[in-house]
Amino acid sequence: MKWLPENPNTRLTVKLTAIVSFMFVFAIFIMPPLYDAFCEITGLNGKTGTKYEAVDAVVDTSREIKVQFVATNNEGMPWQFGPEVKTVTVHPGEQTRINYRVKNTTGKDMIGQAIPSLTPYKASSYFHKTECFCFNQQALLAGTEAELPMFFIIDQDLPEYIKTVTLSYTLFDVTDRFSKDELLSMVVTDQ
Amino acid sequence: MAHGPAKGITRWLYTTNHKDIGSMYLWFSFAMFFLGGIFALVIRAELFQPGLQIVEPNFFNQMTTMHGLVMVFGAVMPAFVGLANWMIPMQIGAPDMALPRMNNWSFWILPFAFAMLSSTLFMDGGAPNFGWTFYAPLSTTYAPPSVTFFIFAIHIMGASSIMGAINIIATIVNMRAPGMTYMKMPLFVWTWLITAFLLIAVMPVLAGVVTMMLMDIHFGTSFFDAAGGGDPVLFQHVFWFFGHPEVYIMILPAFGIVSAIIPTFARKPLFGYASMVYATAAIAFLSFVVWAHHMFTVGLPIAGELFFMWATMLIAVPTGVKVFNWVATMFKGAMTFETPMLFSIAFVILFTIGGFSGLMLAIAPADFQYHDTYFVVAHFHYVLVPGAIFSITAGVYYWLPKWCGNMYNETMGKLHFWLAFIGLNVTFFPMHFSGLAGMPRRIPDYNMMFADWNMISSVGAFLFGAAQVLFLYNVIATIIGGKKATDEVWENPEGLEWTVPSPAPYHTFETPPEYK
Repeated sequence: MKWLPENPNTRLTVKLTAIVSFMFVFAIFIMPPLYDAFCEITGLNGKTGTKYEAVDAVVDTSREIKVQFVATNNEGMPWQFGPEVKTVTVHPGEQTRINYRVKNTTGKDMIGQAIPSLTPYKASSYFHKTECFCFNQQALLAGTEAELPMFFIIDQDLPEYIKTVTLSYTLFDVTDRFSKDELLSMVVTDQ
Repeated sequence: MAHGPAKGITRWLYTTNHKDIGSMYLWFSFAMFFLGGIFALVIRAELFQPGLQIVEPNFFNQMTTMHGLVMVFGAVMPAFVGLANWMIPMQIGAPDMALPRMNNWSFWILPFAFAMLSSTLFMDGGAPNFGWTFYAPLSTTYAPPSVTFFIFAIHIMGASSIMGAINIIATIVNMRAPGMTYMKMPLFVWTWLITAFLLIAVMPVLAGVVTMMLMDIHFGTSFFDAAGGGDPVLFQHVFWFFGHPEVYIMILPAFGIVSAIIPTFARKPLFGYASMVYATAAIAFLSFVVWAHHMFTVGLPIAGELFFMWATMLIAVPTGVKVFNWVATMFKGAMTFETPMLFSIAFVILFTIGGFSGLMLAIAPADFQYHDTYFVVAHFHYVLVPGAIFSITAGVYYWLPKWCGNMYNETMGKLHFWLAFIGLNVTFFPMHFSGLAGMPRRIPDYNMMFADWNMISSVGAFLFGAAQVLFLYNVIATIIGGKKATDEVWENPEGLEWTVPSPAPYHTFETPPEYK
């Protein structure tokens, strides 16, 4: 390579520095997306996907899948948070609505963010949400409460051996990430 | 060019001489070894008996964290770089390192990094308390404010290591004496060449992972924060992608030192030179594909558990080749047992024990029991203390007469060895038992049932610490005076470093030697 310096030590230093720079970029900009992609393909960390566009499909009435709902408050999150029903039984392909109820029991306005996790993780890519409160943050004024809907469809291709899936939401306090105005624009009410 | 070193403090500040810089690295490492050792003794003093006697739990956690960081980045790594600075130019017949000014810089930023890291002990909220592996979110969401200083200290140490590695590669590739082909290089040079490539590949990843922490803490990103869509497990993957090659960075140069010493005192050439080179390269390659064996319990898919289990066990093959070669070198040799040889033989035996407990930990289903117990502590101290520390000690005793022209006190050297050898085994062997019985690591208080093993460990630790004071005294006494060493020092040792006078003049090999 002609553009490299003539001195062999400097040449080698330039090449090695290029490797160093590449590895730094690799760590910050390539590894995290690679990890996310890997997890999405394998469903490994139980993350369910983003908004799903429903397709016309036959409801597979021959199978019944038990779906369980779990709610956890992350450390330091004082809200009341839980599903209205703990278990539903659905057929693959049919759209179902379930509600979570959430109440800001504190005296200040706050924002929460629910993060889903699904087990068994092999089912993650077969659990579709057409609409979910977890796609956004929820702001609640002091003392108010709201009903948070979630619409989901279980894919007909869900592996035969999976009879039960458990969807867990962990609610995080993310108030500090937003300004007061942003909070007011995000306030949710019963739908 | 026949001038000697400059006078006064500027000699050390401005020096570009590989011997000066090597000495500074070694002294710095020695100082950090004692600092990290004091932290370890605080830990062992607290664990002498169950219950809380001496320190608060939070301070205890700061001690485990600082002990790990200081020993890994302050004691072991700079010691190897110091030995590389001293010995690589002299072993390959080069007048100096390839990039002498960068050499000066890569040393002189280190004291600043460790001053910054140590200063966190005096800050509000205390020093980092999340363990040397600094797993998120302990090191992000729940970290003390001093974590930012920790992050910048790691950045500086990383920069220093990378510059050192680039320098070593440039020196080895470009500055070998005529006739010294790659397959004729001493093994210390070979192992350091491979180590330097490992450093170049993974130190930037370490810099990357602390940078991501910095962004999460101060700039609102969510690499490792589940609330913002990140994943704390990602931290462990990135960290161990650095961390596993890092453990070989701390052992490959040790292989090189031992491969230099055993032939000298067995009075036989090294058995299986080529296989040693290939085994080192194989270990280095495998180190990149085994990182998740540190994370068997995070919820890996079964295929992942199996892959990382088998890949890890595969490392035992090239390592076994090395141990076989060292034993075969000693076999039917005319052995004598001077201090460097004693440390080297202890290295071979005790490192193998550490390797075996590593194999046990590699068994994924069994690891669920061993994970985060004292069994892990016993394992990695068995590979690091008799591995890295003993080999560095052996190297210092072996080359010290060449550096300063005086023989060390052999009786005191042997006393140091036996105290250290006994102290080490008394400290770390019982940890296998307390670990298998279920004692978790990084706790200041523990169940009564572990009391006996812990008391024995603590006694051993203080014995080991005392032995190192003897080492310091012996080194200083040797530099000040003592019996003059011959140019060869030992009986027919192999290598270019023994062809120069003792002490090695300030400038050596200004005209390259002919190497056959």
